[in-house]
Amino acid sequence: MTYEAGSYDVIVVGAGHAGVEAGLASARLGAKTLMITINLDMVAFMPCNPSVGGPAKGIVVREIDALGGEMGKNIDKTHIQMRMLNTGKGPAVRALRAQADKFTYQHEMKKTLENEPNLTLIQGMVEQLIVEEGECKGVITQTGAVYSSKTVVITTGTFLRGEIILGELKYSSGPNNQQPSIKLSEHLQELGFDLVRFKTGTPPRVNSHSIDYSKTEIQPGDDVPRAFSYETTKYITDQLPCWLTYTNEETHTLIDNNLHRSPMYSGMIKGTGPRYCPSIEDKVVRFNDKPRHQIFLEPEGRNTQEVYVQGLSTSLPEDVQQKILRTIPGLENVQMMRAGYAIEYDAIVPTQLWPTLETKKVKNLYTAGQINGTSGYEEAAGQGLMAGMNAGLKSLDKEEVILSRSDAYIGVLIDDLVTKGTNEPYRLLTSRAEYRLLLRHDNADLRLTELGHKVGLIREERYKKFLVKKQAIEEEKKRLQSIIIKPTSEVQELIKSQGGSELKDGIRASDLLKRPEMTYEHIQKLVPAEGTLDPDVTEQVEIQIKYEGYIEKSLQQVDRLKKMENKKIPENIDYDAINGLASEAKQKLKEVRPLSIAQASRISGVNPADISILLVYLEQGRIARISAE
Amino acid sequence: MEFDTIAAISTPMGEGAIAIVRLSGDQAFEIADRLFRGVGGKRLKDVASHTIHYGHIIDPKTGEVAEEVMVSAMKGPKTFTKEDVIEINCHGGLVSVNRVLQLLLNNGARLAEPGEFTKRAFLNGRIDLSQAEAVMDLIRAKTDRAMNVALGQMEGRLSKLIQKLRQEILEILAHVEVNIDYPEYDDVEEMTHHMLLEKSAYVRKEIEKLLRTSQQGKILREGLSTVIVGRPNVGKSSLLNSLVHENKAIVTDIPGTTRDVIEEYVNVRGVPLRLLDTAGIRETEDIVERIGVQKSRQVLKEADLILLVLNYSDELTAEDENIFKAVEGMDVIVIVNKMDLEQKIDMDRVHELSKTHKLVTTSLLEDKGVDDLEDAIASLFFEGSIEAGDITYVSNTRHIALLNQALNAIDEAMQGVEMGTPIDIVQIDLTRTWELLGEIIGDSVHESLIDQLFSQFCLGK
Ligand SMILES: Cc1cc2nc3c(=O)[nH]c(=O)nc-3n(C[C@H](O)[C@H](O)[C@H](O)COP(=O)(O)OP(=O)(O)OC[C@H]3O[C@@H](n4cnc5c(N)ncnc54)[C@H](O)[C@@H]3O)c2cc1C
Ligand SMILES: Nc1nc2c(ncn2[C@@H]2O[C@H](COP(=O)(O)OP(=O)(O)OP(=O)(O)O)[C@@H](O)[C@H]2O)c(=O)[nH]1
Ligand SMILES: [Mg+2]
Repeated sequence: MTYEAGSYDVIVVGAGHAGVEAGLASARLGAKTLMITINLDMVAFMPCNPSVGGPAKGIVVREIDALGGEMGKNIDKTHIQMRMLNTGKGPAVRALRAQADKFTYQHEMKKTLENEPNLTLIQGMVEQLIVEEGECKGVITQTGAVYSSKTVVITTGTFLRGEIILGELKYSSGPNNQQPSIKLSEHLQELGFDLVRFKTGTPPRVNSHSIDYSKTEIQPGDDVPRAFSYETTKYITDQLPCWLTYTNEETHTLIDNNLHRSPMYSGMIKGTGPRYCPSIEDKVVRFNDKPRHQIFLEPEGRNTQEVYVQGLSTSLPEDVQQKILRTIPGLENVQMMRAGYAIEYDAIVPTQLWPTLETKKVKNLYTAGQINGTSGYEEAAGQGLMAGMNAGLKSLDKEEVILSRSDAYIGVLIDDLVTKGTNEPYRLLTSRAEYRLLLRHDNADLRLTELGHKVGLIREERYKKFLVKKQAIEEEKKRLQSIIIKPTSEVQELIKSQGGSELKDGIRASDLLKRPEMTYEHIQKLVPAEGTLDPDVTEQVEIQIKYEGYIEKSLQQVDRLKKMENKKIPENIDYDAINGLASEAKQKLKEVRPLSIAQASRISGVNPADISILLVYLEQGRIARISAE
Repeated sequence: MEFDTIAAISTPMGEGAIAIVRLSGDQAFEIADRLFRGVGGKRLKDVASHTIHYGHIIDPKTGEVAEEVMVSAMKGPKTFTKEDVIEINCHGGLVSVNRVLQLLLNNGARLAEPGEFTKRAFLNGRIDLSQAEAVMDLIRAKTDRAMNVALGQMEGRLSKLIQKLRQEILEILAHVEVNIDYPEYDDVEEMTHHMLLEKSAYVRKEIEKLLRTSQQGKILREGLSTVIVGRPNVGKSSLLNSLVHENKAIVTDIPGTTRDVIEEYVNVRGVPLRLLDTAGIRETEDIVERIGVQKSRQVLKEADLILLVLNYSDELTAEDENIFKAVEGMDVIVIVNKMDLEQKIDMDRVHELSKTHKLVTTSLLEDKGVDDLEDAIASLFFEGSIEAGDITYVSNTRHIALLNQALNAIDEAMQGVEMGTPIDIVQIDLTRTWELLGEIIGDSVHESLIDQLFSQFCLGK
């Protein structure tokens, strides 16, 4: 029995990190949105690390915020500590990381969803999509409710045919013993989607009371107030520390002796796991010359004694996990509350998606998050935001948005997925971004606020503030570029005190700032600005002037990229009709169906000669059209 | 990448005394202006389109004048490719043309692929539809052929060397990346400026070494640069003619007949020679001849092999002795010509001056002794006295260009280090070095860095 349950512009399936961003984005830009999730108590649940941000990922959180997303604001409200990473390095790789109170994180997010005017949040298990003539028109739940809509976003994470593996035990389950999503996975296969089987894992949790912290090292948060969101004004000041300890020979011997009981080595696990999240048994086998591995003890929240044991991800049997824990300094008497486990799940091969995250097979259907082969909350949230934005825009007959690799890490992430696919759960790394000097943590707002405002996700008030900041940066830069600093004794003194060589002549303030030993603050002392400038403004001025040469170089590369991106490939191109394309290239091009020459040139197996031929072919079509007119 | 500025030599190699290097693309004027010094400091970007300008090409690194040239400046779209085009006309034959090309490649141009000017002409709508298919065939055929050639080279030591070098860089990159992506990971020490400088210096040295071998590779591709020198009228032009078995150079009994450098290619017993006949070296009042003499001395400096000609029927002069001095330390064959005439030369002194050089006697008029000379050249080469290097080394202009760019990139990285620029920014140039080297062996980019990261370090939760 089915029944008509309502009609919407956009339906979002799932309320994990991808789902919540998708639902909020679509609702906020004006589409009437329904969110359906298996369990309302598990909205924005963190099945693994209670932490948000870090290198590359932290920049994604800022990008999400600049585009009007929620992750940054939510973690600003609910963290237990926050740190700026890589402060000793260049500005391009700085990033924030927060330890989350995972429970309040969920509650706050749920509250936001509930209070969003255009958004309806309900509990339910989606089993089928309504697809007519290749177009998605809605969803049907386990209880027979039929919801119709113009577009649908699926964000089902690790739930698709999820199976938990713990030692010799294997059973059908979503993460953390939630109900898995089996029918939907089968249904996607019936619709013709290619699925792959991936794997990931999580470490045990232990009771804080049973830890002897005196044998560990403390890892406090920064004492400077920090925030991800450009809108945050209230800062949390009472932070909780994390703790550091190590494995040792005894731990490793124990693991070695029990390897035969590991599902990894017995062949029970078939899914591909990510290399960057190896289990402890993997680490011990692959790096057997390492005498110890780091273990971080991270509180899961303020109102819980559960502590996450980072570094000890494992799927060894429960009794072995217990013993392993107790070999570690500080954990000699530890009480394990939950065992670690591995989970296998289905993901769709992401080359089946357009860069808008709409599927090529089924129109008006979008997918985002771990279902697309990624791993990580931030990666999920970034995709969710874009998929929700595009599903919303499409339902309102507006033009969709694609971020370029030079716009944002989110652009890099999505382009990698849909152009190259992935054969392991995909994680963002700074090295994946070729323009990382442009994609900084500090300038996410400068890169993306304009766009966020244009699609309707950034409110007027914030936008105005942004414009003021932008102008202040430009003015201060201009001032420093026009003002000359003379070699007075005061100036020479200051330079010498910083270990620089004395001025021979007058020098532009901006040029003096370029010297490695000089900071904005020094310059400011010599030629003070009128009134006080916001630290956010002076930071930009300093970075933009100091690294001008490098930034310029990157911009030139981006220029070239843009030209290639502007060479569009029509969706209906017939690759079989093109003479001279190598057959491997033909096959890859037919699979990926790139939208531009730039995208085509990034497909592995498509070489420069093929690109040339493609260009000639496109031009030929253009000329043919002109002559036919 | 498409739409960047490309450069290539556009007259057939080795034909004619004037060769043209052509540049096409957005940055053609900008790049040319980096090298061109016109009369009164005029810049090409300021001149009227479709005009020709006299000036010099200088090497911006050293400030030295590399060539005297005529440059045609043509703004798009009224050009063959419809893009901005610069044509540099060089007089000095292959060597100079190549040098100009190298300088362009080092300063922002990319070496054009086979058929690329035509392709651009087409892409920019210059060529009509009927020619399109032909262009596509051309691209396929030419790139395949170029690829085969490249692959052939790749099996050699070059490929291995480049791979080794790239691996070195990759390890540095992975090390820096790990510091960035896993800042709390305490097993890897932080890469310091000092470490980076040390490693970059090593990479730089290796690239330089490779580039040095490229000079030797070039010898084999272009021929051993062989210069015939001697006083006027000793029979230099006659010698050139007998070696090429044709009357290429004018021979008269008037001293000072040859006034410019004449260039011919010939294969002597399997040894490729680029023969250069020069004006006889002597003090002279005649301006044209004096310029010729100056050029002779200059060509001499760049020679791989010298054929020093003396006149059997004339006494040794101070000029002869000077020529011996000028070629000291080089590979020389001494030829005593005009054996059919009466001896006036002091042969003991000739032996003394020749030291260990081979000595051959000839009568070019009667075609005698030429065999002996050819034997001497061949044995010099095959016995390895002439440094022609390992022929599997870099010889492809594209590779040389890439190596030069890689050298520039690593230089910039090292400058960055010395300036105290943060390591993750210096890494941009280091990555560029690695990518450029990768282009030589046709390796793709980013994945391998990530592979390296995870195999070199033990990371994860
Ligand atoms: C054991 C484990 C370990 C992990 N380890 C790491 C790690 O170390 N590092 C890391 O970066 N990431 C890790 N992750 C991944 C990280 O949790 C995910 O990448 C992220 O949560 C994905 O977000 P998502 O929104 O795509 O999916 P999820 O957060 O999983 O959300 C999926 C949502 O979809 C809903 N749903 C599913 N099926 C249906 C259906 N049929 N109908 C309605 N609703 C449905 C669910 O109820 C849920 O709300 C781990 C995940 C697990 C499970
Ligand atoms: N008898 C005799 N005459 C020779 C011989 N070789 C060359 N000659 C003559 O010497 C004269 C000069 O020869 P070239 O080859 O023009 O001499 P060159 O060194 O090129 O002279 P310049 O170009 O003037 O420097 C010509 O008249 C030749 O015919 C030889 O072996 N014997
Ligand atoms: Mg002559």
